[in-house]
Amino acid sequence: MSVLLPSGGSPSPSPSPVIPGFGGGGSQTCVAKNGQFCGSWFVDNFGSRFAPRLVEHIELTAIAIGVGMVIAMAAALYAHRHGWFETPFSLFAAFFYTVPALAFFELMVQVTGINRFTAEIALVSYTLLILFRNTLAGLRAVPPDALEAAQAMGLTRSQTLLRVELPLALPPIMAGLRIATVTTISLATVAAYIGAGGLGEPIFDGIQTGFKTEFIAAGALAIVLALAADALLVVAQRLLTPWAHRRRA
Amino acid sequence: MTSYTERTLNAGQRTGGYVVSGEEMQAVARPAASAAPIAFLDVSKRYPGRAQAAVADLSFEVPSGEICVLIGPSGCGKTTALKMVNRLIPMTDGDITIDGKSVNAIEAAQLRRGIGYVFQQIGLFPHMTVEDNIGTVPKLLGWSKGRIRERARELLELVGLGSEDNLRRYPGEFSGGQQQRIGVARAMAVDPPLMLMDEPFGAIDPITRDRLQDDFLRLHREVRKTIIFVTHDIDEAIKMGDRIAIMRDGHLVQLDTPDNLLAAPADEFVADFVGADRGLKRLRVWTLNDIELDPWSGTKEPAAPAGTTLRDALSLMLTEGASRVTVTGQDGAAIGCVSLEKIAAMLGPEPRGPEARAPEQQAPAP
Repeated sequence: MSVLLPSGGSPSPSPSPVIPGFGGGGSQTCVAKNGQFCGSWFVDNFGSRFAPRLVEHIELTAIAIGVGMVIAMAAALYAHRHGWFETPFSLFAAFFYTVPALAFFELMVQVTGINRFTAEIALVSYTLLILFRNTLAGLRAVPPDALEAAQAMGLTRSQTLLRVELPLALPPIMAGLRIATVTTISLATVAAYIGAGGLGEPIFDGIQTGFKTEFIAAGALAIVLALAADALLVVAQRLLTPWAHRRRA
Repeated sequence: MTSYTERTLNAGQRTGGYVVSGEEMQAVARPAASAAPIAFLDVSKRYPGRAQAAVADLSFEVPSGEICVLIGPSGCGKTTALKMVNRLIPMTDGDITIDGKSVNAIEAAQLRRGIGYVFQQIGLFPHMTVEDNIGTVPKLLGWSKGRIRERARELLELVGLGSEDNLRRYPGEFSGGQQQRIGVARAMAVDPPLMLMDEPFGAIDPITRDRLQDDFLRLHREVRKTIIFVTHDIDEAIKMGDRIAIMRDGHLVQLDTPDNLLAAPADEFVADFVGADRGLKRLRVWTLNDIELDPWSGTKEPAAPAGTTLRDALSLMLTEGASRVTVTGQDGAAIGCVSLEKIAAMLGPEPRGPEARAPEQQAPAP
């Protein structure tokens, strides 16, 4: 089995080498001692070492969530009309959800090679279960009286779907989206294992070289990214479903 | 005679919950309210595997602008009959025509956009503002935003919820009774000639229900629509209906004015259904306005305004121990009196003819 521990090959333009020497600048003492977290080294190297990985990480996550949402939505809509479809698709999605991530990546490499595409296949697979379940639950929770009203008022099926069912299913869909996004951000760090970039790269690198600041900083960035994405989705949900927060006083 | 008009007008004043002055009503009244006659022609609904038809050979007509109440015990087919009009339930046999045109001649969605529909669960869209709820069908028909807003404002005024704020509120911010008013407004959005109402006030507390009924009758006087109204409550049927159709096991048993129905039930089932107190119920069909008053004798008696129902007048006599009641006009001055014998005489076995509530007599007073 090919050992793919990263580090190398990183096209980082940064001139300062990490161990040995631990880079330079005013943070030399801290870096030389390999302190728990060298703040000034992080600040000095953020633009060159971390920012590009952060952007990659966001791309990995966004693509995975986007593609996952499209597939899960299509499957949920189909299962909503044709009940039999729920169980087979749930089993399919649950299977991928339970496969250990590293094993899954390694397995996929043999099929699709070492690249971002492989990573995306794996990441998308992990989003499906949550997104499918929540979307379907949301569609099923639409009040039947709203559906009767829509039908009696002469809305066609597609008009009912777009104007009544999907908007009313939005809160559970958004809840699923939040879980899936946070999970994917965390999981995407493992994608560096197959050379897909992202914040996983400095994490693996830091672990390999033993330079604490590097993997702690990258890990912290992943956490901050997850929290920020979650907050953003909460704000989006509030804006998209103003009716859910307004009740008679 | 203007009994019907007077009756509802007084009912409206009596409840006084929200009061729409004459001027306001002028401002919001429709220029030419449209209404269309509807006819059931041997309509049947049979479900496969069931021996008995849910609706069997149902034939009746509702003239333009009338409220026809369908009533009967659970499972009698009244709701099925209603839902066959806008084809929520497809009929097995027969035909239903609106203004002479078969409902089957138009595409279902198109048909439904032209028929107001109000039902017990209300079914407002919780994610849409009141304005968007009312604007649902107008939007489907391609109305402009401005026209929709204007119409929504006008309708809210009409159902007694007129306020700029309400347009932007969500259904969840209103009480059940208010939501049903919005439901009625939504059903009237494109001024449909026909409205279907399936136990519209069934889930609303009795006091609010009474007010909604009064207000709806007032509204109907303003904006004449042909209405098919399903209920299982005989009191509501008597109050709301120009005519009442009693159904049993999918068949029409009797179709008559409330008064005739109470005076001469067609059979034991109807008599049972309208209740042993049908005589007293009948007294509620009239107000003091509707009967010939005796001249006022000038004596001191309990007084009641002319809009009082005979039932309430009788009740007043019984509680006051009087045998006569002085009837007062709008300015509170006595205009005549009514005696216990007079009221009792109103309850003879024979119907008192069609004059009291026949539709052509219902034109609003000048």
